[in-house]
Amino acid sequence: MTTMLSEAGSNAVREMYPDTHPAELRATNVSAWFGKRKVLERCSLHMEARRVTALIGPSGCGKSTFIRILNRMHEVIPGAQIAGRVELDGTDVYGGEMSATQVRTRIGMVFQKPNPFPAMTIGENVLAGLKLSRTHSSDRDALIEESLTRAGLWNEVKDRLNEGGMSLSGGQQQRLCIARALAVRPQVLLMDEPCSALDPISTRVVEETITELGPQITIVIVTHNMQQAARVSHQCAFFLVEEFGEPGRIVEVNETKKMFESPDDPRTLDYVSGRFG
Amino acid sequence: MSTLTQPPKSDRPFAPGRGPRPAPGRSPRRRLATLEITASLVVAVGVATTANALGISGAIAIVAIGYAAFVAVVALIELTGTGARAGRVRARGRAARRTGEMHVDLTLEEHRPARVETRFAQPEAPALHTVPPPDDLPDVPIRRRKVGPDQVVEAGVAALAAAGVAEVVRVALHMQSLVGLTIWWYVAFIAIYFLLTRDHADAEAALDRIVTVLVWSVGILLIAVLAWLVTTVVTKGLPQLSWGFLTHDLAKTGPLDKGGGAVHAIIGTFEQVGIATLIVVPLGILTAVYLHEIRGRIAAPIRFIVDAMSGLPSIVAGLLIYTVWVSGHGFSGAAGSAALVVLMLPTMTRATEEILRTVPDTLREGALALGAPQWRLVQSVVLPTALAGIVTASLLAVARAIGETAPMLLTAFGADATNLNPMSGPQGDLPLFVYKLLFLPNKTQIDRAWTGALVLVLLVLILFVSARLVARRGLKRIGGTR
Amino acid sequence: MTTGDGALGTTDVADVPTTPEFHPTTGDRVFRTVATAAASVSLVIVGATLWFLVDKSRPAFKASGVWNFFTTSAWNPGVGRFGVLGLLYGTMIVATIAMVVAVPLGVAMALFINEYAPARLRAPLTTVIDLLAALPSLIFGMWGLFLLKRHLVPVSRFLSHHLSVLPFLKLDSSDALVGSSFVAGVVVALMITPIITSVSRDVMAQVPREQCEGALALGGTRWGMIRDVVLPYARGGIVGSALLGFGRALGETIAVALLIVPQVQVNTHVLKGGASSIAAWIAIHFGEANSLERSGLVGAGLALFLLTLVVNLVARVIVRRSAV
Repeated sequence: MTTMLSEAGSNAVREMYPDTHPAELRATNVSAWFGKRKVLERCSLHMEARRVTALIGPSGCGKSTFIRILNRMHEVIPGAQIAGRVELDGTDVYGGEMSATQVRTRIGMVFQKPNPFPAMTIGENVLAGLKLSRTHSSDRDALIEESLTRAGLWNEVKDRLNEGGMSLSGGQQQRLCIARALAVRPQVLLMDEPCSALDPISTRVVEETITELGPQITIVIVTHNMQQAARVSHQCAFFLVEEFGEPGRIVEVNETKKMFESPDDPRTLDYVSGRFG
Repeated sequence: MSTLTQPPKSDRPFAPGRGPRPAPGRSPRRRLATLEITASLVVAVGVATTANALGISGAIAIVAIGYAAFVAVVALIELTGTGARAGRVRARGRAARRTGEMHVDLTLEEHRPARVETRFAQPEAPALHTVPPPDDLPDVPIRRRKVGPDQVVEAGVAALAAAGVAEVVRVALHMQSLVGLTIWWYVAFIAIYFLLTRDHADAEAALDRIVTVLVWSVGILLIAVLAWLVTTVVTKGLPQLSWGFLTHDLAKTGPLDKGGGAVHAIIGTFEQVGIATLIVVPLGILTAVYLHEIRGRIAAPIRFIVDAMSGLPSIVAGLLIYTVWVSGHGFSGAAGSAALVVLMLPTMTRATEEILRTVPDTLREGALALGAPQWRLVQSVVLPTALAGIVTASLLAVARAIGETAPMLLTAFGADATNLNPMSGPQGDLPLFVYKLLFLPNKTQIDRAWTGALVLVLLVLILFVSARLVARRGLKRIGGTR
Repeated sequence: MTTGDGALGTTDVADVPTTPEFHPTTGDRVFRTVATAAASVSLVIVGATLWFLVDKSRPAFKASGVWNFFTTSAWNPGVGRFGVLGLLYGTMIVATIAMVVAVPLGVAMALFINEYAPARLRAPLTTVIDLLAALPSLIFGMWGLFLLKRHLVPVSRFLSHHLSVLPFLKLDSSDALVGSSFVAGVVVALMITPIITSVSRDVMAQVPREQCEGALALGGTRWGMIRDVVLPYARGGIVGSALLGFGRALGETIAVALLIVPQVQVNTHVLKGGASSIAAWIAIHFGEANSLERSGLVGAGLALFLLTLVVNLVARVIVRRSAV
């Protein structure tokens, strides 16, 4: 079913949004430190354009750190350091050619906890990215509608765009954050456990949104929920810390179906069959 | 669901227009060059006028020096800035692509080969998952400099150009004052730096840099000014600080005598502030308890009055005690204490109320559920929990009170002889000691004032540091929250 | 009437809200009385302030008329002519100058500590600023008198040179540049900058991390994040800290008394020597005043008290509104 949606979707989307160009992300030998402590070691992962990549693994294995490295949010934390290379369509995001802000406009991010700006209305929240970068849009209303529609929230909020962003429910807030990220037209969308603070019904709606966005944009999602990974992703990467105190490593990368039915690595099998974690 | 089947009503291509789009006929490259040449010209003019000012005469020599400076600056920019510029042009290309102008930019067409198409055709094609890790990437933290060579060049050019502007201003307006030239230089630097970085990146990034420069300037300026203030007090006050200063008064010291001290003022300060503290601390705690624990009928007006009192000018507190007491009974140390009570009470009350607010309600409920009456609850649960905070608040209130000068002029009045009795007769204290000496003409007296100021600052410092220590211990006890 | 079945409830208990009666113990009664008495002390103090200031300034009011006292500018105790309008006006000018300098400096310093300075400098800088906020104004005044004043002369000259279009910055070449509202305002500004920094930094530090990260992840620069997230969030606290500083500046006595050349008539040229300030005027004249002049000074104090009361009340309203 996912396949059909993707195929039908990608063509429809290409007609609808001719200026959206999903890009591929390629991380090579990425390691990360907080101060002296190493939390990730030599992680390499190819995240293809127009596909959903899920990062799974037990807590504390560096998934969130990894995803934050992809759009240079890792370096916001004092004492954070990295090694390795991250390429967006062949351009090193840590090279001198792009500034951190340019990287982040091209690689959007949705956080664990919904974080709409409390001082702004729903409409202003969607346009926050443009406001932050002082970009002028020719048609703000059209952009608000388009972004909210893509995030699957338009029908619920179209009559209350002038209300505060905090007036929405948790799940709506999270989709508002997705709309906000989409409004800057990123080529990649990173999602750091987007459903962990939501109830099951909101989770399902966000998952549907992800499935529909999948063919339009490159998505990387961190999740603790293996069913969720199985439902929304095309490929999976399994992160693991083998001994306490060691850095996290990628154990296996595979197509989602194979990962959940017949993984190559026995440790993956243990994890996906719920034997630990 | 709805997204794919129902496209949004307005499905015209969206162009947010990120970044300044080059105007027709003026490529970014061209604009850069214009700006850099302008900057270089300004530097050149500056160098030439400086040469003139230094005594080199003759038009040819001046023009030659100016030209040499111009060439040097252009060369500097070209040599150091080329690599960066290539990156910028690429970035502009990307910005253009993001605004939907990809077909304009040929390099980007090359960037986007036919494999995009294949990917559309087979989105589920098995991908190459295992990337063999190349050996050219060492597994050690990458050290990235926060300030790149680009920024150094830009800032350097802007600084030089601004110096040029200042030099032109100096010659054109016959301005001599160094302060004026510095202000000119700084304003010119900000403007030129903004223009340079805006051309190299975009307006938003340039604004970010300018704000960074401004905030750092304020930070450094304020730290410098405040360091100057503190070192002044120390260097001017320390030489006269001696045992004698702390054990003698000024009763028998003539205007030109070297000796004499502030013991009468120190005694007075301790007595006045001590009495005030003994009154204020229980009064403030009780008021705060009334406001937050009892929440009685007059809580709202009391809170309003406390707020109003906290803005009471200190001299008005002095006037109050003067009219109430001093005008009938004469100056005394205790009158000073009364003025301090008026000033300290709102601070103490508000700080204590804030601290009571941090005591968790679960503690209160726990005690009430055990059947404790409210006074027991406050006495044995609430106040002990808030103790460290209350001690900190008291110490800070004392630190504020110890330096009050204005109200003491109207109440304690000040004296040169030691007066141990706070209940009657004018009494000296440290702020008055300093203030009164400042109006006297002799250097020895001014020096004495500085020493008095140093002692005052040291007292404030001791109180402040002990407040911090108490607060830290209190934090440890309740588990380091906040 | 009863249905007899307890599970359905009985009708003899009325369904109206009642508050259980509270019988305080004797200890509680004493405790409540003592606390209430302590709390009323504040009421008494403010009431006494108003009563005694009005009472003691009556001779001066009588000598020059209440209306004239507040609406003219004069100070002649010999013939009993008092008018504090110029003094009030001058107080506002000095405080306004202090605010114009101190608010940008204070907020920028708060941003510097929280967002720009290296992480390991954050805690020490915070402590230093808090300590400076606790330093007596006397110290600032002394330092301004002996050191800073000199260095402000060229700044004054620069301002009058370049901005003489603004009438209040105009100067004649013969005018003295010390003892002006500007000099006093700058010193008061440096005194209240640590206060503004300390309060607004506290508020800025409470901006949730997720909000800041959200702004950065959308491609915002650091300044964009501050402009669109930090400052809106901290707006109430910043306004509050500014008004706190304004109140301090209005009532500042010693630093101003040391720096200005006092005068009764208002001097609209803020760079020119000669300035007025109620608090400083009281401090300077009190020592040698006769009883009628003292009464006039008490009246001036009453005017200052009312002014700060109004500013405080307005401040409360503004802070409460912006907090919503």
